[in-house]
Amino acid sequence: MVCVGNRLRGDDAAGLEVARHLRGTLPAGVEITEREGEPTALIGGWEGVDALWVVDAVSSRSATGTVHRLDATDRALPPDPFRASTHHVSLAETVELARALGRLPAQTVVYGIEGGSFAVGEPLTPSVAAAAVAVAAAVRAEVAQYTREA
Amino acid sequence: MTERRTKTIKTDALARVEGEGAMLVRIAGGEVEEVKLNIYEPPRFFEAFLRGRGFTEVPDITARICGICPVAYQMSSVTAMEMACGVEVTGQLQALRRLLYCGEWIESHALHVFMLHAPDFLGYPSAIELARDHPDVVTSALELKKTGNELMTVVGGREVHPINVKVGGWYRAPRKRELAALVPGLERAREIALQAVQITAGFDFPDYEQDYELVALDHPGEYPIDRGRIVSNRGLDIAVQEYDEHFAEEHVEWSNALHSQVIARGSYLCGPLARFALAADRLSPVARDAAKEVGLEPSERNPFRSIVVRSVEIVYAADEALRLIADYEEPDAPSIAVEPRAGVGYGCTEAPRGILYHRYEIDAEGAILDAKIVPPTSQNQRTIEEDLRGVVERSLDIPDDALAILCEQTIRNYDPCISCATHFLTLDIQRS
Repeated sequence: MVCVGNRLRGDDAAGLEVARHLRGTLPAGVEITEREGEPTALIGGWEGVDALWVVDAVSSRSATGTVHRLDATDRALPPDPFRASTHHVSLAETVELARALGRLPAQTVVYGIEGGSFAVGEPLTPSVAAAAVAVAAAVRAEVAQYTREA
Repeated sequence: MTERRTKTIKTDALARVEGEGAMLVRIAGGEVEEVKLNIYEPPRFFEAFLRGRGFTEVPDITARICGICPVAYQMSSVTAMEMACGVEVTGQLQALRRLLYCGEWIESHALHVFMLHAPDFLGYPSAIELARDHPDVVTSALELKKTGNELMTVVGGREVHPINVKVGGWYRAPRKRELAALVPGLERAREIALQAVQITAGFDFPDYEQDYELVALDHPGEYPIDRGRIVSNRGLDIAVQEYDEHFAEEHVEWSNALHSQVIARGSYLCGPLARFALAADRLSPVARDAAKEVGLEPSERNPFRSIVVRSVEIVYAADEALRLIADYEEPDAPSIAVEPRAGVGYGCTEAPRGILYHRYEIDAEGAILDAKIVPPTSQNQRTIEEDLRGVVERSLDIPDDALAILCEQTIRNYDPCISCATHFLTLDIQRS
């Protein structure tokens, strides 16, 4: 479980908020990683991982707080929505880089939470905070199902 | 009457640059009429955000200005605060700062050399396509970054946005055995970097040079990283607290980032090419030999060859980290006491992409009254524009799509961290 964001940049902290909700609620064997900076180094930690869930803020001109669920297992991620985050190489590029190197986990799901404001020092927009709760619940359910089937 | 044809080339995103912004090149009648590097996001939000905060908060807040070079922000900020409070961190506490900085140089330079800049020279649109054909190249980058991350984790407390840095030193000093465990990885990183010097030196480089004013830090016996006076190849030699008397920031109407210049002289260049030109003799022998072997001289002024200099600097950072670890003795205390007092403090350190200047004014209780942060990309911005103009002037006869790629490659010579100054970037070339 990888949660990406910058907690001083408004809705860019959405992924980290999801991590906060998930802490202590996932079964043993599920590791939560928070990432506030450049994400490519995450690839090194994906070796031997069976399933991966990633959450980041996105900017795709959808309504603030919209939740995007992208199954990256067999399909390339669209590169644009994640460009607005303050990190580079983007999260989508990192996932595709891992795929090119044969290091992408067998199941990879990416959640994007549409941000409204990325201003310095601002709190999460209420609809983004609500979306973070919803994404945490969705991930919890998916992890439970995956664990049952595995 | 001269015939004037109009043509516009537009690229909506300038990829592989940290952060985003916009660039416009206008060509009219076979001449470059205008070059503008345009930045959208107002850059000074963090300076405003810092006002009223406590002086001890500054390393943790400024670290989040950039996901690539948080250590640079932490180091410039804490040294500035320590000067304001009348203390100086020395000995092993200072050596640990340099060690942490080596981790950031390795991480940041590895990302840029292998994943952001190498695709330009090898004809790939991005590192993803490069990874498909040359997985070994990208794997090497990941291996280097892993070593940098491990160093950041052991010294800084975590691999990005370290949490162990404080005004006065550290929250916890690492144990000798923790640092010793990093040695094999750093030795391997040095080997990979030595190969990178050879590989990058073999690239085809556009034939382009400029007579830059080169600005870097200068400290006796040290390759510039974490301290020193500010010097240039044109006679500048000042203490950090004299920065504002010699450098001015100009607000240009097309950009939200301020453009820096040397007062009464103009643009200048900071970063790897400047450091190497001014301090190559202070590299470690192995890094110096690596540069020499590929014919890299301090007189190098081709900005495209900065990728080779960055590779040499990865060799140096790994080598310097090994030296610092070998010399490390656990300090009696992880920090020195720092009491606030009303005053002004200045800090300047070498971020991977160039000097990063901070100035803070605090009151007697340590509350920040005023903050000024000048990131290296602001300092290089005028030079980037001048390079773009020069490169385009020499390449007017190549197709527009190739010209657009060349412009992007030119900007990437500076490894610009535009998000430090700003956020979004698009590219627009207009011919008329």
